[in-house]
Amino acid sequence: MSVLRPLDKLPGLNTATILLVGTEDALLQQLAEAMLKEDCTSELKVHLAKSLPLPSNVNRPRIDLIVFVVNLHSKHSLRNVEESLHRVDATFFLGKVSFLATGAGRESHCSIHRNTVMKLAHTYRSPLLFCDLEIEDFRDTMAQRLVRMLQICAGHVPNVSALNLLSLLQSSENPSLDDL
Amino acid sequence: MDETVSEFFRRTILKIPLTEMMTILKTWNFLSENQLQTVNFRQRKESLVQDLVLLCEENHASLNDAALLDIIYTQFHRHQKVWDVFQMSKGPGEDTDLFDMEQFKSSFKKILKRALKNVTVSFRDAEENAVWIRIAWGTQYRKPNQYKPAYVVYYSQTPYAFTSSSQLKSNLPLLGQALTIASKHHQIVKMDLRSRYLDSLKAIVFKQYNQTFETHNSTTPLQERSLELDINMDSRIIHENKTEKERVQRVTQEIFGDYPQPRLEFAQYKLETKFKSDLNGGILAEREEPLRCLVKFSSPHLLEALKSLAPAGIADAPLSPLLTCIPNKGMNYFKIRDK
Repeated sequence: MSVLRPLDKLPGLNTATILLVGTEDALLQQLAEAMLKEDCTSELKVHLAKSLPLPSNVNRPRIDLIVFVVNLHSKHSLRNVEESLHRVDATFFLGKVSFLATGAGRESHCSIHRNTVMKLAHTYRSPLLFCDLEIEDFRDTMAQRLVRMLQICAGHVPNVSALNLLSLLQSSENPSLDDL
Repeated sequence: MDETVSEFFRRTILKIPLTEMMTILKTWNFLSENQLQTVNFRQRKESLVQDLVLLCEENHASLNDAALLDIIYTQFHRHQKVWDVFQMSKGPGEDTDLFDMEQFKSSFKKILKRALKNVTVSFRDAEENAVWIRIAWGTQYRKPNQYKPAYVVYYSQTPYAFTSSSQLKSNLPLLGQALTIASKHHQIVKMDLRSRYLDSLKAIVFKQYNQTFETHNSTTPLQERSLELDINMDSRIIHENKTEKERVQRVTQEIFGDYPQPRLEFAQYKLETKFKSDLNGGILAEREEPLRCLVKFSSPHLLEALKSLAPAGIADAPLSPLLTCIPNKGMNYFKIRDK
């Protein structure tokens, strides 16, 4: 059970569960609280993990969306995410995984180049979001976005599936990525 | 009163912020209550200073009185200086004589005056058997420069002295000699420890930093405290790696303790090691000369920052012993060489 699979459990009634994976607990905690403040017709659950695999002896609901949080200031956080990605089944990457890069605003503190995370997201065919989680307003906006994405991935929005969302989010603004 | 002394008074009093003026003048205790009452403390600073200097002249203030005021100012503003730590030792088989403060002071002054004709030495006793010494350096032909003094804080019941890094480095050996001989020691060694925060240096060197304060929180075991945090959290947020978090907290507490850390601003590591590589060959691996590299960690409060690294997820716990040994070893300058 060390690999996460998207459809190995039955969904809970009207429940949507998101898993945030990242080394910096304080940032994840704040993002989780921001998400739970949102008005939402679904019942939200937020799981926070430092890395994968998750402890196996726990009874947890089906995970609808995984967001890997990378802090551009810390190579440690990138390495942690890269290792955790191996514990996720390939079928998750059909719209149920997203990357979130924080810290881009403070250019002088960045030890990871933007292109590195962009390449990572491109490799896994998943959307990459940039947000400085330390700034409350940006965090709240990102929380709103994540809640909408989560609802879609949980199947709570009629006529839109995770795969639809994925193709909508594939950005066409960086054609140079194909050359990478 | 001599013009240079008058100017020295003026500049020293001018340094004092208005909010502290009354406290410092009262501590100095040179001007009487009545005299202080005649002064208008609400006027512009330049005029206030002028009035105070006139009062000093009335009292026939000497250079030594001005030096004393300078010491008091520095005691209130000790963070403005960077302090080094020196450790003295007695020779083998030497007796521990009873320390005589007056004898120490006269001996210290004599040694400096014998070496440099022009030097101003002033003393002020402090708590814990400590003495603050102010030294203004001159040369054989020039009068002492009162505006670049060196300070020494010597704790007489210990072999430790703290000196403010003086700009006139050439006088350091003489200062060390005077201190050693006057305090009846044999040798003096500069420790690899430096900081602005004199009280923190004291705490590290006298090993006083690991006192747990008698508060309610410190007696609750770790388990209970982490439960308290959970109750405040939304039950819809689930931490998957709780055991790991608790392990990190435990390890951090074992290393750093519950008490507030002494305050340092930086730690510096000088590496002089030969390049070691897993890959065979490579240009760097064949060098005979060691690689030289300097790594400096700076922070407004270095040890607290290090303590919060693992809980914040920025580093793995336990931290490198090179970082955690700083208060134990009493060093924040390290030279790392091949064994």
